[in-house]
Amino acid sequence: MEFDRDLNLEATELRLGLPGTVTEQSEKQKPNSNATKSNKRSLPDMNGESEVRRENSSASSNDKKSHGQETAPPIKTQVVGWPPIRSYRKNSLQAKKLEAEAAGLFVKVSMDGAPYLRKIDLKVYKGYPELLEVLEEMFKFKVGEYSEREGYNGSEHVPTYEDKDGDWMLVGDVPWEMFINSCKRLRIMKESEARGLGCAV
Amino acid sequence: MNYFPDEVLEHIFDFVTSQRDRNSVSQVCKPWYKIESSSRQKVFVGNCYAISPERVIERFPGLKSITLKGKPHFADFNLVPPDWGGFVYPWIEAFARNNLGLEELKLKRMIISDECLELISRSFANFKSLVLVSCEGFSTDGLAAIASNCSFLRELDLQENDVEDHRGHWLSCFPDTCTSLVSLNFACLKGDVNLAALERLVARSPNLRSLRLNHAVPLDILQKILMRAPHLVDLGVGSYVHDPDSETYNKLVTALQKCKSVRSLSGFLEAAPQCLSAFHLICPNLTSLNLSYAPGIHGTELRKLIRHCRKLQRLWILDCIGDEGLEVVASTCKDLQEIRVFPSDPFVGNAAVTEVGLVALSSGCPKLHSILYFCQQMTNAALITVAKNRPNFTRFRLCILDPTKPDAVTNQPLDEGFGAIVHSCKGLRRLSMSGRLTDKVFLYIGMYAEQLEMISIAFAGDTDKGMQYLLNGCKKLRKLEIRDCPFGNAALLMDVGKYETMRSLWMSSCNVTLGGCKSLAKKMPMLNVEIINETDQMDISADDRQKAEKMFLYRTLAGRRKDAPEFVWTL
Repeated sequence: MEFDRDLNLEATELRLGLPGTVTEQSEKQKPNSNATKSNKRSLPDMNGESEVRRENSSASSNDKKSHGQETAPPIKTQVVGWPPIRSYRKNSLQAKKLEAEAAGLFVKVSMDGAPYLRKIDLKVYKGYPELLEVLEEMFKFKVGEYSEREGYNGSEHVPTYEDKDGDWMLVGDVPWEMFINSCKRLRIMKESEARGLGCAV
Repeated sequence: MNYFPDEVLEHIFDFVTSQRDRNSVSQVCKPWYKIESSSRQKVFVGNCYAISPERVIERFPGLKSITLKGKPHFADFNLVPPDWGGFVYPWIEAFARNNLGLEELKLKRMIISDECLELISRSFANFKSLVLVSCEGFSTDGLAAIASNCSFLRELDLQENDVEDHRGHWLSCFPDTCTSLVSLNFACLKGDVNLAALERLVARSPNLRSLRLNHAVPLDILQKILMRAPHLVDLGVGSYVHDPDSETYNKLVTALQKCKSVRSLSGFLEAAPQCLSAFHLICPNLTSLNLSYAPGIHGTELRKLIRHCRKLQRLWILDCIGDEGLEVVASTCKDLQEIRVFPSDPFVGNAAVTEVGLVALSSGCPKLHSILYFCQQMTNAALITVAKNRPNFTRFRLCILDPTKPDAVTNQPLDEGFGAIVHSCKGLRRLSMSGRLTDKVFLYIGMYAEQLEMISIAFAGDTDKGMQYLLNGCKKLRKLEIRDCPFGNAALLMDVGKYETMRSLWMSSCNVTLGGCKSLAKKMPMLNVEIINETDQMDISADDRQKAEKMFLYRTLAGRRKDAPEFVWTL
């Protein structure tokens, strides 16, 4: 899974690009790197600040395994007045965000065959390993090895979730942050039913 | 026309309502000037510092309705420090002193105090309408004064203001004799309101046609209000986090079924899916829908709702609708004229819409002429397609969340795309651009955007030529606002006379220097050239070669303003 990258293994990481290829992230952080000599004013130093912000958030979440930070697009430094939306609107969206964050993220968890459902707070967990461990404990099952190609191999049960669009997705494909923001409910499916989900398209 | 008595001319002029037309009428000859000025009731002042209140009163003694705008547009985005200005008090005080029969006041981006609201409520016996947009400086106490004293109040419309909320007693201040309300909008108030007082107020307002509630009005009260006001045309609802119990839901449905006149719907800071589905009942007649404050509504729910809105002309929505959702809009809303797609998560910068949604809208909605679009990315190909599909754009504002992002496919600047827009949309009056842009785009704009009146530019251009193309080409330019562009003194000083034909120019984080601004101010005494200085190091006698971080200039008949704070220098 993606959380490994936060352990700073970039230097030795095997990639598909040629050595020296700019990664997606550095491209995003240096928008003017392609510009030839110009009098253009550069954006405020986005590199330094976004690094600091990532470090800070890693520290506060107390866990290098919050892989959502690394693979999701980097948190943009706030350029004053950008994007150009009225403070009133910005404040109201932020208030909503904080409200949602404070409220916890309780989602229902069902397991095929179980007599009743459970509810868990996704905000409490820092990543997929923790979540799966808790689910395994709660419902007394074991989930197999996750791989991007084959999903959860070698188990009778597969963890799935319903996302914002109403689609049923395999747990583990997207970065953690993205997952908790789009997960509406969880369902532990029987392997036989889940056969479609784990296969690569 | 010389043989007509004045009353006849006046009567004819009554049919001329737009300010621009009346301005033209007044310039024909002296008699027409006199008659028009003495009979004009509605006045629009686009910059409250461009003219003094005394002068306005002198020219338009019959003034009954005034619109005033204060702070520069970029104040909306925190680029202007608080206390910069835009105080309405001197205007109200002058109107009161001169016994003007003021009936309507509309303010945008101004500071209005409780004392001022109280003065209004006591000075103008026929006061009917107060509309405040993006204003600040007042509390619900001021609203209480308006409610208590304005016996003939028809309209109290508060849009996106920053109001200090001292809780809901202001609503109870409307006397029982007040039955004249036509429009009440308190959606921006953050605190609770006295719900019983609200219900009673609605019950005794038979002419109420527009009602926008705030988040503190729960579903069961909404339902009761709707039952009492079935003739509502414009409805703004509150915040409904949880799905209602079936009794409340059924009552809501019954109430909504009665509201056959609702054409405009807004609010919904939160809306649980079942609750939202009740509103499907009024969707078929809606011409205006604003769901842009509802980040909690999922894409699927939005799409379901939109499918019922075949008559929509105006839509304000969040980007969580997605490109897919915009495709639904394009195929459903054939009467759509204006759309605004706002970012649901401006802090992280992951917009859910791209050029795909924009192209879909341009191709599906033949009447679309006004757009504000916050997106993840854009391409020249898409913009060229949009320009071909939709030459009728009058307002085109595109904001890519990464402000200097080039074409997402070719990595080229977006010059050609925006060039196509200005070339094709011959009636374009307002334009905002973003993404990687060179001087070339300004060449195109100068060449083709003949009707352009307002343009906003950020992080664009390479040299002074960019701004020069713009100033040279756009003959009808009135408002120009620029931030973070490499334009300097050469561009600023190229055609100083131009600024007298415009309302204002804003330049921040560009390359103009203090010296350049001083030079401009010296050449053009009819302009106020203001420097906003937020750092301590700079002072007025400082090195003229220092960059002027924020400059705002505007034409004025009132001379330098007397209420400028310390950090604003008028050169």
